[in-house]
Amino acid sequence: MKRSLVALFFFASLIGAWQAVVAAGIYSPVLVPPPASVAEYILRALADGSLLHAASVTCQRLLLGYLIGCGLGLPLGLAAARSRSVSDTVGVLALGLQTLPSVCWVPLSLLWFGPNEGSMLFVVIMGTLWSVLIAVDSGVKNLPPIYTRAARTMGSTGLHTLVRVILPASLPYVVSGMKQGWAFAWRSLMAAEIYVTILGREGLGHLLHFGRELSAMDQVIGIMLVIVLIGLLADKLLFSPWETFLHRRWGTDRHD
Amino acid sequence: MNATEALQAIPPAKLVVRSVSKSFATRRGWLPALENVSLTVNEGEFVCLVGPSGCGKSTLLNLIAGLDTPDSGELASDGQPITGTGRERMVMFQEHALFPWLDVLGNVLFGLKLKPNLTDNDRREVARHYLHLVGLERFAHAAIHELSGGMKQRVALARALAPNPRVLLMDEPFAALDAMTREQLYDDLQSIWQKRRKTILFVTHNVRESVCLGDRVILFSPNPGRILREFPVDLPRPRDINSVELAALASEITRHLKSNSPMEPPASTHPTGSIAHPHAPRTR
Repeated sequence: MKRSLVALFFFASLIGAWQAVVAAGIYSPVLVPPPASVAEYILRALADGSLLHAASVTCQRLLLGYLIGCGLGLPLGLAAARSRSVSDTVGVLALGLQTLPSVCWVPLSLLWFGPNEGSMLFVVIMGTLWSVLIAVDSGVKNLPPIYTRAARTMGSTGLHTLVRVILPASLPYVVSGMKQGWAFAWRSLMAAEIYVTILGREGLGHLLHFGRELSAMDQVIGIMLVIVLIGLLADKLLFSPWETFLHRRWGTDRHD
Repeated sequence: MNATEALQAIPPAKLVVRSVSKSFATRRGWLPALENVSLTVNEGEFVCLVGPSGCGKSTLLNLIAGLDTPDSGELASDGQPITGTGRERMVMFQEHALFPWLDVLGNVLFGLKLKPNLTDNDRREVARHYLHLVGLERFAHAAIHELSGGMKQRVALARALAPNPRVLLMDEPFAALDAMTREQLYDDLQSIWQKRRKTILFVTHNVRESVCLGDRVILFSPNPGRILREFPVDLPRPRDINSVELAALASEITRHLKSNSPMEPPASTHPTGSIAHPHAPRTR
């Protein structure tokens, strides 16, 4: 209760400061629109359905690409951790490509796939795959050997050890890797959407781009707020339950 | 308790170690950890391996567990050569080695789930039975990090006992615990052993601990690891680690440990019979 009051006060004063800057009249209202007109834009875009449509298009692209990226990154990371030759090949490739900002995939993807859903998906997968792969790889490599030894004495072998011991034991690394992959995927998708317009399939990035073209600052700020909100929501829905589980079981409680 | 009774029907096994040697690769070359070690453990016997660190006692335990293979020599459990890990030989490590992603009951169930021909209800019943045996049934759904060091080792003991192994291999399981917790666990382990009649091989560097627990104490010397000599312990059970007789025998063994007495023939030349110690107090 007290915490939500503190948070409420913080964000209210942020909006208050914004309003004060607008009221002072130092900047043109074209560059710094009042909070009310941003709110008005959001309500209008919600009412005519364009905002929900864009958000759902963006989330679909993101989820599909993210799931494929994790689906590839998890087994490849496990393989890199367990096999030296995979680690020397795919592992090194992943390490190199992870240093590449995921935005850099956009031009290549456009040339390869053309301005369509395929190129969007490719960018999201590239954003996700490498960081998930590396997190799983290093998580498994850092496991204390005592877990697998203990499991062996109880008759666990092969696939059972992999699924019942190695994977859950490296869960803290896997979850933080998947979280990082999510953040990279989100960033690269926004870049791709700002770059490329697919008619009838406009995502949030497109609305942001149109806002710039029309010098509609209320739209630009409104869409930015929506993007931030979706990011927060994804964190709460996708990762918080896992993190709560990890903190409870591993005893690494956040002191809050 | 049908499932539990069925599990307990298996008779205890015995262990044979014949002329086993084992070296490890280090940066400075091959380091012999065990040299020509022979040892026999009878059914239901509680044998302690004692020696300074680096004497190969843990190496021997890992070989018997099937976690490592010897360079030469033979190992057999119940007449069958040891080729790998087996459910009839369970291990308790110095670090509890419990799985943090499972709760207490989940940890005890882990080995049971790998045991065929049991229903899930049987498994739960057996797991609860062993949690009760180590006095932790109320903590079935606790997370591992919520337990004290002594409780963690109790869970590890329950996990090792649950699949009803005939041999229990214990690698300094109490070394990291405080003295009071340890003494409680000596009592618990003795009573469980007497009830269940397991064959126990217990590795420690604590001589008093070995005299308190073992029917026989086997003294190792380091570099390379060899059996120096063995001592029968004929004190009545349950034994109290603070008793005078126990302390007398422990200091006797400690004296041998320190002198490393090269005049004595190594016990490994008599793998089956224990050498009677002239000063071993016989109270029975």
